[in-house]
Amino acid sequence: MSAAQTEAAGGTSRWPASLLAGVAIVLAWLLVAGLGPSFSPHDPIAVDLANALVPPGSDHVLGTDSFGRDILTRIVHGARIDLMMAFFGVVGPFLLGTMVGLVAGNFGGVADAVLMRILDVTVSFPYFVLVIAIVAVLEPGLTSYFVSLTLVNWVSYARLVRSEVLVLREADFVLAARLIGVGEVRVMSHHLLPNAITPAVVFVFTDAVLTIVLGSSLGFLGLGVQPPAAEWGVMIAEGQLYLATAWWICVFPGLAIATLAFGFSLIADGLAKQLHTAP
Amino acid sequence: MTAPILSVEDLAVTFATAAGPVAALQGVSFALQPGEVLGIVGESGSGKTVACRSVMRLLAANAQVRSGRILFEGRDMLALDEADLARIRGDRIAMIFQNPSTHLDPLMTAGGQVAEALRAHRGMGAREARRQAIDLLAEMRIPEPERRVDSYPHQLSGGMRQRVMIAAALACRPGVLLADEPTTALDVTVQAQILGLLKGLRAEHGLSIILVSHDLGVIAQMCDRVVVMKDGKVVETGPIADIIHRPRMDYTRQLIASQPALMLPAMPSNRVREPILAVRNLSVHYASSRGLSGLLTGQARHVVRAVDDVGFSLGQGETLGIVGESGSGKSTIARAIVGLAPVHAGEIDFAGRSVRRQDAAARLRFQRSVQMVFQDPFTSLNPSFTIARTLAEPLRRHRLCAPADIAARIAELMAKVELPDDLLSRRPSQLSGGQRQRVGIARALAVEPRLIIADEVTSALDVTIQAQILGLFKKLRDSMGLTIVLISHDLAVVRHLCERVVVMRHGRLVEHGVTAEVFAAPRDPYTQELLAAIPRIAIA
Repeated sequence: MSAAQTEAAGGTSRWPASLLAGVAIVLAWLLVAGLGPSFSPHDPIAVDLANALVPPGSDHVLGTDSFGRDILTRIVHGARIDLMMAFFGVVGPFLLGTMVGLVAGNFGGVADAVLMRILDVTVSFPYFVLVIAIVAVLEPGLTSYFVSLTLVNWVSYARLVRSEVLVLREADFVLAARLIGVGEVRVMSHHLLPNAITPAVVFVFTDAVLTIVLGSSLGFLGLGVQPPAAEWGVMIAEGQLYLATAWWICVFPGLAIATLAFGFSLIADGLAKQLHTAP
Repeated sequence: MTAPILSVEDLAVTFATAAGPVAALQGVSFALQPGEVLGIVGESGSGKTVACRSVMRLLAANAQVRSGRILFEGRDMLALDEADLARIRGDRIAMIFQNPSTHLDPLMTAGGQVAEALRAHRGMGAREARRQAIDLLAEMRIPEPERRVDSYPHQLSGGMRQRVMIAAALACRPGVLLADEPTTALDVTVQAQILGLLKGLRAEHGLSIILVSHDLGVIAQMCDRVVVMKDGKVVETGPIADIIHRPRMDYTRQLIASQPALMLPAMPSNRVREPILAVRNLSVHYASSRGLSGLLTGQARHVVRAVDDVGFSLGQGETLGIVGESGSGKSTIARAIVGLAPVHAGEIDFAGRSVRRQDAAARLRFQRSVQMVFQDPFTSLNPSFTIARTLAEPLRRHRLCAPADIAARIAELMAKVELPDDLLSRRPSQLSGGQRQRVGIARALAVEPRLIIADEVTSALDVTIQAQILGLFKKLRDSMGLTIVLISHDLAVVRHLCERVVVMRHGRLVEHGVTAEVFAAPRDPYTQELLAAIPRIAIA
């Protein structure tokens, strides 16, 4: 058995293929977002009605939209916004949710009861309606979107972290730390958090996918990024009228969303494998 | 010697893992004679369970039989097709497992589990199978079998569940019973009952039994012959008396020497010492949460008296053993002393001061004086800390040395628990169970405590490692003058190490005294039962 365990431990140093593939896809998009705009030959916003609805070809590789804007250029510029959305869309909920879960799980009692009732209330609203309502009340735009996600999405992280902490706080090593006289804050930050965070970190990448898709949907509804800014969801929204005559306006931004989302899913899947097989 | 009923010849099994094949069994051979009890003894990873499961072809999917034959009534079990195998399994050869709570279907009644084998192999109708099941439960000496036949596993005690599992295994009167650690999860008095039951069944039905155990005491008590295994190989085979008294191989000798045997001299105690710890009328109650509905209906809380009116005291430099079976409250006492359990009533004084109403400064001083070592070395170390970080934490918290000296002090601690320094940069997952337990001890020693509470520190370890850890405790006590409270279900360990002993049952103290006296002349009937139940290696 011990021989098997050591060999299994040695085997985990290899990263799962899905993780590597996911990282490669996301890195590629990051590169595009970082460097692409300085190389793109066209202006993403300038209207050029003479060249409207040009199909994919030599001058416009992925064609142009109804305002004559180059689709490729807009996708490249949009990558910045969508990646930013993925990042800021999960950071807030992750931080808030982790804190809430840690505190609720560690202290239990009244703190736990109050925080979990707030969580229940949040969950009891229909998800999309709640996000859209908050964005609409604030003012349509990216900042409101991030605020709204933080107020709604923290619940998933809080639940994940709390359930881990509930088990860990009874673990012998946590009791041992308390017996040494380690204070509550340090117990939470050094003993509970590092061992409770794994599922939440894995969920970050799944959540990033949802955030991009939802952000694009809001763009589509006119509540997210405002036109004429290049954002993939907005682009699809603008192209929907031309779906039959100029399919490229919708399809290419759609592919962009799909590949980025796929990359994040692969990372989530690979991380889950990597972290769960690790001893 | 007659022809064996079951023989395993030159069996080799490997497991396919991500890092290539791992040999689990290499050229293992043994034979079971009719009506014999054959013991297979070895530590974890020795291959004893794999050998046992191979017979039933119950190996994991990644296991591969490389060579060998398993002959049962002249037929090779390894060559049988599924249909033939199904006819033999449960009918001619039956198996019982270590943990009855995971091997019984939680949604099936006791009677249903027993009847299942009868209906499958004997084609019995429901009513007849039920009647048979009641008879079998009665034969397994389950009280009120007519009532218990309709009980679900969670309504039965651990010992009762093991009896149900044996009843189900023996329903079709198989000739061979494979018992894989059948009593390891049970308390010692229950273990004695189950072993007695197996002995009786063998005498009555001429059952042949293969008994797999890590406990040489159990093997010595039950078996005619024994196979000693290590690292997937048979080290030695022979009649039990020969193996115990004339072991030929070094490993067997080591295994026998590691048993905390009752034959070893008990700890003497005659020095009068100044008391350091006094527990008076201690009661620890756990109240179940009523919840909102309970609160509204005014329903009373269900109170569990984990510890009920217990008192004892402990002198400086003394070692006190607290023994008892699971649920006796022995660990709760330890937790109450260090403030991890809700004390309902009573007093705990350490060095003349109450530990119950401490201010923060007194609490910190107390934490420097009293430390605990935990049972499970796999959960008692923070998996994300390196060993160095684990050991540095108490030093920093109590500012026991200048930051520059921490490394030197850690090296000192590692030397004390006999661990090499190169483990310091590792994480717990890269250490063996024995090494982790040593780190746990080093962490407790870091604050230079006066009292160490050791809660079942050896029960998760293999017997040779167990002996090493107990030896370490002994050495530390003698060299540092440590006071130790040793909590254990293992009376042999307590007798070996402790000067005085407290016997607990159902949260109450039933006997308290000098170890040698309690073991020589137990006054309480429960202590007598407990002592009688220990499987001992007979002296021929």
